[in-house]
Amino acid sequence: MLRQDINRIDPKRRNVVDYRKKQFAEPTYKETEYPHRLNFYETPPTADITLEQFEQWAIDRLRVLAELEACSFRNYSPAETAAHMKPLLEKYLPLDSNSSSSTKLSAERQKDHYSHFILRLAFASTEDLRRRFSRVETTLFRLRLAEDTARERNAFIQSLNLDWEPVAEDERNKYFAELSATSGSRKGEEETAWYKVDWERVPDLVEARRVFLRAGKAYVPSKELPSMVTAEFTKRLDRALELTARALPRLDEDDRLTPILDHLSKNFVTPDAGYFSSAVAGAEITARNIDNLSSHFPLCMQHLHRSLRRDAHLKHYGRLQYSLFLKGIGLNLEESLIFWRTSFHKITDDTFNKEYRYQVRYAYGDVGGDSNRRGGGSSPFSCQKILMEHPPGPGEAHGCPYRHFNLENLTSLLQQVGVSDRSVLQGVKEDKENQKFHMACNRVFEYVHKNELKKAKDEGIMTAAELETIVHPNKYFERSYLLKNLGKSNNGDDVKMEGF
Amino acid sequence: MPHSISPETDNQNMDTVEETMADAPAKNDESQEGDNDITMEETNTLPGVVKEEEKMDVKLEEILAAADSDDEFPSSAPEPVRMNAADPEVMRTFYQRFFPWRYLFQWLNHSPTPTNDFGHREFAFTLQGDIYSRYNSFPSADLLRKDVLRLLPSRFEIGPVYTTNPRDRKTLRNSSAFKPLSKELCFDIDLTDYDDIRTCCDKANICNRCWQFITMAIKVVDVALREDFGFKHIMWVYSGRRGAHAWVCDKKARTMDDQKRRSIAGYLEVIRGGAQSGKKVNVWRPLHPHLSRSLNILAPHFQEDVLEAQDPWASSERAEHLLSLLPDKALNESLRKKWDSSPGRASTSKWADIDSLARSGGGSKNLDTKALLDAKQDIVLEYTYPRLDIEVSKKLNHLLKSPFVVHPGTGRVCVPIDTRKLEDFDPLGVPTVQGLLEEIDSWKGDDEDGSEDKAKNLQDWEKTSLRPYVEYFRSFVLALMKDERDPKIKREREEGQAMEF
Repeated sequence: MLRQDINRIDPKRRNVVDYRKKQFAEPTYKETEYPHRLNFYETPPTADITLEQFEQWAIDRLRVLAELEACSFRNYSPAETAAHMKPLLEKYLPLDSNSSSSTKLSAERQKDHYSHFILRLAFASTEDLRRRFSRVETTLFRLRLAEDTARERNAFIQSLNLDWEPVAEDERNKYFAELSATSGSRKGEEETAWYKVDWERVPDLVEARRVFLRAGKAYVPSKELPSMVTAEFTKRLDRALELTARALPRLDEDDRLTPILDHLSKNFVTPDAGYFSSAVAGAEITARNIDNLSSHFPLCMQHLHRSLRRDAHLKHYGRLQYSLFLKGIGLNLEESLIFWRTSFHKITDDTFNKEYRYQVRYAYGDVGGDSNRRGGGSSPFSCQKILMEHPPGPGEAHGCPYRHFNLENLTSLLQQVGVSDRSVLQGVKEDKENQKFHMACNRVFEYVHKNELKKAKDEGIMTAAELETIVHPNKYFERSYLLKNLGKSNNGDDVKMEGF
Repeated sequence: MPHSISPETDNQNMDTVEETMADAPAKNDESQEGDNDITMEETNTLPGVVKEEEKMDVKLEEILAAADSDDEFPSSAPEPVRMNAADPEVMRTFYQRFFPWRYLFQWLNHSPTPTNDFGHREFAFTLQGDIYSRYNSFPSADLLRKDVLRLLPSRFEIGPVYTTNPRDRKTLRNSSAFKPLSKELCFDIDLTDYDDIRTCCDKANICNRCWQFITMAIKVVDVALREDFGFKHIMWVYSGRRGAHAWVCDKKARTMDDQKRRSIAGYLEVIRGGAQSGKKVNVWRPLHPHLSRSLNILAPHFQEDVLEAQDPWASSERAEHLLSLLPDKALNESLRKKWDSSPGRASTSKWADIDSLARSGGGSKNLDTKALLDAKQDIVLEYTYPRLDIEVSKKLNHLLKSPFVVHPGTGRVCVPIDTRKLEDFDPLGVPTVQGLLEEIDSWKGDDEDGSEDKAKNLQDWEKTSLRPYVEYFRSFVLALMKDERDPKIKREREEGQAMEF
């Protein structure tokens, strides 16, 4: 692939017909070739495919992407993700290397190419879909780049022709100490090459302090090249998605493709898009009752509750995480204001009204901009959000204890809430070490509710689907509350459970 | 008092201005003699600072407790009835006479003639009664000034430049057309984040000892932004009470998207983890060049400003925290024994004990000296490395308090900090709005025996201790404008050549 000026018409698209015959001529395109296994998806496909292929290829790719996203929700490491995805990729989206003697190379690559562009159409419509699509596509690209052989990877990177400036010998000597501190390699092995780029090109390397910076230039060791290529991939994809979104209204399509595209994007629902909960039936959810209910809370919320009771205060993100959770379990705005007011008992009414009242009302969509009010405020945080965003800083109590506590503090907190079984604590420790924070939380849940779970399973009250892994604090509460009140439930509650 | 009516006063404001002025002398009668001296000491001479510091400590607490007795320190303590810093009339005089509107405009506009950089910029006002008014914008400095004088906000904040005029945002057909384009890269350092390591003060209180944390933070962040990222126009501003803000104004910094801001923030952030996460510094070895450079800068401060001045491990509880950060169990045991036998041992000696005991075999047999050294480096970082409020830096559309506004609690003006004289900056010696009003009144006294016409040429802020700060701001803005202008000329020249081709 040649690097070309953006303003120039793609040679492949160039009109080869006499302009006078243009409107009658069949458009002719150069046959797309796939010299490399990987693709930057720069040129859209132009050949004809059947409608069935159109749909089937898109669905196959969607399966892969959805599973990839699920992996990231489960917090799999790259290696685990690769292992998990391998059979799926082979089934739905195989992509063999040049060195393999597969006869279907071209067909495989064509499918990969076309399905990418079909999904691009399906997911360009909203900001949220674009962001998620770009994220999972990047993950897929990274995965494939990592499993490429070194030779093919280098050939592919060469073919991209990105303008990276190699670091000259004298400069390398000048910064020898600094460079070797960032290369991360042991003394014996010599780093082969360094490239100098604007630091903006490699923001993730800068963020992780994995490159040496001087005067706005990042010195990237050659082993970080894949990460740069990935960043470039994301950048171009994001831009292309923007453009696609703008072009979509002009698609002006008949009823063949649009329904398929709509259907596709609807199937790509976010597991954490929102937790629309109503009050759990039978529970008295009032400010006064929170202390009683808190035994059903997941550890993160129990910790917030304890900190709140201990200090009569929570910092900003703690209040946010906790008040949204309480909103999710069905505490209404008035009760919520009462709850926060009484909890912050060391401050005056005036201070409360001035500094804290607004945030609580904002969370319920009572104040704030138009979109906030229309949306009824923010939705309760999912585990994903709690794990990934805003890690707690000094003096803050929010976040996920399984992730953000050290082991001693986590163990002592667990013991305080009544989990002291050695095997459970050991399991939590291993989960934490393997960064499987969900597993740890679900393990604790299963321990705390082991009797009720057994009963529920034996009596077939809850189906397996209703007992899948918990990935939302509000789900934790809901399930915990229902399980603990199994005995008390009357028929009305059973009906309720069918629906949830 | 002819001088008290500033030339800009328009007629409708006359009455109120005179009211203020009528108040001011009455106040001076009580206390003028004594406090002029103090004011002078505060700003000009260093020896006075130490003496002043103790008084100021008391004073700050008093403000917080809203104590009504202030006879003792009449100079700068706000008098609850007449001279509250947030009093609208005080604010009016301040905005009218002291606030450097012109330079603020040039700073945000990057050129002498009004552009969208200023016109589409969001200003958010905190009005009387804690009403918060967002999405204000103004085509020129005069109109901004006029509106500020009309509304008399107790403070105002600066947001990003938007794609369209923020006032018109609701008239747009689709809301996605209204989005932030550019804003200075900002940093916020706040002493409350140091509460678990400072021993002298807590919460909103500060003194010159804990201010050293801010001094170190500025040094480390400033050098990283300049050397590593190549930014040139960095202004540090005292936040009025207990922290400092940085405004990185280079064009390249202003136009960064959220991702880039996040990555700079992540690059600079070292202290991570909440109250429960135990060890807060987890960095790779070998140390990244930024970290080894920071360690070199911070090491002397650690000795002087932390070990000696703060004595952070005086209590056995806090010493226990130190031990929890050290890797060798046997060594910890012998250290604990030693410290228990001599209560009250200074932190400096405790720090030295670690090495001396390790050398004399107090540790376990196969003591890992490398791990011990690493742990000691981590401890130095935990006790000195800047603790940034990182959210401020991550978002393009975060609002930050404007320089030169008055902090409503302390009455202090948020003045820029000259980094060339960073060590000399005294947060407790920063002019207060009340002090400025007195200075301008007493300046009249000097004027009576001096030349009358000279007074006319001087701006009001030039007659007060605000002068050096405004002058520093001016030179900063001029340098910024010069850099913004140059590339344009260059581009024109290049285009000219291209035409000839």
